[in-house]
Amino acid sequence: MMRSPPSTLQEPAIATPRPDGAAPPLLEVTGLSLRFGGVQALDDVSLTVGRGNIFAIIGPNGAGKTSLLNSLSGLYRPQSGSIRYHAHDGNDPVDLLRLRPHRIARLGIARSFQNIELFRHMTVLDNLMLGRHVHMRGGVLSCAFYWGAQQREEIAHRRAVEGVIDFLEIEALRHRPVGTLAYGLQKRVELARALALEPRLLLLDEPMAGMNAEEKEDMARFVLDIHEERGVTVVLIEHDMGVVMDLSNRIAVLDFGRVIAEGPPEEVARDPDVIAAYLGQPHG
Amino acid sequence: MASHAEGQEPVTLPQLLLRNAEQRPLAVALREKEYGIWQPITWRQYGERVQAFALGLRRMGLRAGDKVAILGDNRPEWLIAELAAQSIGAVSMGVYQDSVAEEVRYLVDWADARVLVVEDQEQVDKVLEIRAGLPKVERVVYYEPRGLRSYRHELLMPFEAVEELGREGDAAGNTREHAEAVAATRLDDVAIFSTTSGTTGKPKLAMLTHRNLVTMGHSLQQVDPMEPEDDLLSMLPLAWIGEQMTAVSCALLVGFAVNFPERPETVQDNLREIGPQVMFSPPRIWENLVSQVQVRIEDSTWLKRRVFEWSLRAGFELADARRHSRGPSRSLRARQRLAEWLCFLWLRDQLGLRRLRCAYTGGAALGPDVFRFFHALGVNLKQIYGQTEVSGISVVQRDGDVQYHTVGVPLPGTDLRIADDGEILARSPAVFVGYYRNEEATAEALHDGWLHSGDAGYLEEDGHLVVVDRKQDVMTLHDGTRFSPQFLENKLKFSQHVREAVVFGGGAYPFVSALVTIDFGNVGKWAEKRQIAYTTFTDLSQQRSVCELIGAHVERINQDLPAAARIQRFLLLHKELDADDAELTRTRKVRRQAIAGRYRELVEGLYDPQRDSVAIENEITYQDGTKAVLRTDVRIVVVSGPRRNDA
Repeated sequence: MMRSPPSTLQEPAIATPRPDGAAPPLLEVTGLSLRFGGVQALDDVSLTVGRGNIFAIIGPNGAGKTSLLNSLSGLYRPQSGSIRYHAHDGNDPVDLLRLRPHRIARLGIARSFQNIELFRHMTVLDNLMLGRHVHMRGGVLSCAFYWGAQQREEIAHRRAVEGVIDFLEIEALRHRPVGTLAYGLQKRVELARALALEPRLLLLDEPMAGMNAEEKEDMARFVLDIHEERGVTVVLIEHDMGVVMDLSNRIAVLDFGRVIAEGPPEEVARDPDVIAAYLGQPHG
Repeated sequence: MASHAEGQEPVTLPQLLLRNAEQRPLAVALREKEYGIWQPITWRQYGERVQAFALGLRRMGLRAGDKVAILGDNRPEWLIAELAAQSIGAVSMGVYQDSVAEEVRYLVDWADARVLVVEDQEQVDKVLEIRAGLPKVERVVYYEPRGLRSYRHELLMPFEAVEELGREGDAAGNTREHAEAVAATRLDDVAIFSTTSGTTGKPKLAMLTHRNLVTMGHSLQQVDPMEPEDDLLSMLPLAWIGEQMTAVSCALLVGFAVNFPERPETVQDNLREIGPQVMFSPPRIWENLVSQVQVRIEDSTWLKRRVFEWSLRAGFELADARRHSRGPSRSLRARQRLAEWLCFLWLRDQLGLRRLRCAYTGGAALGPDVFRFFHALGVNLKQIYGQTEVSGISVVQRDGDVQYHTVGVPLPGTDLRIADDGEILARSPAVFVGYYRNEEATAEALHDGWLHSGDAGYLEEDGHLVVVDRKQDVMTLHDGTRFSPQFLENKLKFSQHVREAVVFGGGAYPFVSALVTIDFGNVGKWAEKRQIAYTTFTDLSQQRSVCELIGAHVERINQDLPAAARIQRFLLLHKELDADDAELTRTRKVRRQAIAGRYRELVEGLYDPQRDSVAIENEITYQDGTKAVLRTDVRIVVVSGPRRNDA
């Protein structure tokens, strides 16, 4: 007779979200509007990202998805509205609109870019170490001498980076210059760079764009693992509907800068407004 | 009984592990790279983990004679699971980690395994998919928990949980319980089931006892003694008998360290970091190393190329002089020394072969050109011959007595005989006891203790064994000579542009022809340099200039061949040969019959003088399950050259 295994499985660090979204929200966006001259990129956008969600933003080209992500990470400065981020439980939320991008990064928000933004001539390892820049404490003097505390800090950072390398299975690329890697691998390094920051909230801009089926499958698995093993909340923009439906537990649909639907995947897929936005209005 | 080193009483594998843990507790037994740093596991730690896992298995209800199947990449846990099973008298069976679900189901079910140890999510998914076909499996243990957090299947259990179970209770009592179990293991207990490579059909499970495995290790030590300070990089599937031979039998006997590569893609880097003294690889690995060197030299600067070419010429001359047992002249020796300093030392260092003392190739024939290349470089590469059924090795070349066409002389304690029909027979304490649940095959392979290898060969006057080919593959050419297709295939494969080759000829075929697959990476590079545009493998393989490139190579080969054996027509296959399509075995040997059947139209086209191309359709299944039919015109290349002026 076999005995049953002792329960060694721990609960995930962050509770899996309840489908009704009742978990205390991590991010609350209210009335966000962004204009470039006469172009209304975001028009009164409001949405709530729950803790531990994989939250997908979808919509046709030019709908304002990347603008929204850029507003979240502080790259764009919307003219009105607020983005409230609950950095620590219990504390008052921070309004990200008032903060510069590096301050936002320090709050545990990391992002990847649609067009890979890495230092092409630096190795994968150096790019990742740079991803930890916000956590580094050393000054010019202590770094120049390197002894003691500085050395310990460097080792701790390297260890964290090695954890990410192991997690994303890029051991073979450690010392390769990023520019020499295939596109799919560069995308993975881009994700690794964001992960090296040890974020609580990860913003991914089309992590699977331009990948083949196998690479997409790998990437989807990584995103799920990041979410499950590291308890990271993920906001992602993606065009591949199969991926979006499989991965996310909430979806917001943007069209011409407005949120036209928000909810769980099954619901959004049935929404007549969403179907119209994607396929066009039926004639007659 | 074969003689054993210094009259030592042979003991079982788990007994050897206990001995090592006692005698050299702090020496390194295993090394794994974690967070970019090699982390050692000492013999004592190795022993402790095996004890914990073994007791865990016992407390789960496993008993002597039960079977444990293991499926995963090479990791310490793989060996721990194997030795733990053997410690309680159970049998371990390795399954190739890249096997498709159906192969796994067949082997695990056929072996009656009660526990299946797997690596990660990928393997767990594979197993859960075929769950219905594995009624005898009671527990699936995984050692890489990544991504499995949300899995709640009642079969699953983490590796640490089994070890935890084995650590429960009184520590001294546990140690005693384990020691008693290990002491109760017998030399004639079956230790492992080893899957045969299956060039000829469904894989079979060869039952190998502790005596088989330990004897083989002892005999090899008498020929090439290994040192406890040596290192081995365990980079080939542990399900393969060759890896069992080095990473288990020899490592336990001698006590050297087994290192596990970080990932399959980092093997080349890891090889250089570890710099192993011992290496046993199938020809594929050595062939890859040669192409790698050739390609990189081609890419380097003019000066480096000239130095390499000059050095290689000196190396070749010296290797040839040694092979014909001629002492090299003084000037040759001086040139060789210069070549060593200018080139070979650095090249071996780059490849991670600098400290290599015992380098073996086995599992299939290695072309003489590859041999000559490594000997020129100063790598003491030696051919071994054996099969799963003799625990991996029965014949090996001796230092300083390497003939490229032979595989050497038998190991001490091994009797070798050639049957009347040319089949190679072997007898030794390392010969297996039979196939599991397959009496018919056992009766065919074993007669009065003699193992019938199925290989054709002959013994030379000095006792060296020459292996011709698989008995059933040897072809009789139209002029009556017997010829080995493998010999030709190896010649073809020596080009860095050729990955695999299958040669047809003899019997009903009027002349010799070949089916060749190109090396996509190397030919792709070649094409880019010449600004030849291509899209896919198929497209590249059918480019006229690529056909000409391979054609020139075939012509060169033909010049050294007897007229009847010359390759007259060949074609470049539109896809790579793949083990998943049953075209190669899991150890990457070509499955001739399967290929002849699958590509019948192509082979017929090769022998139809009217045709210069064959249209072929093949159905491919995409990742998402949809199917599509691809149509390709495969060119047939007629080799020009001196084939008319034959004798």
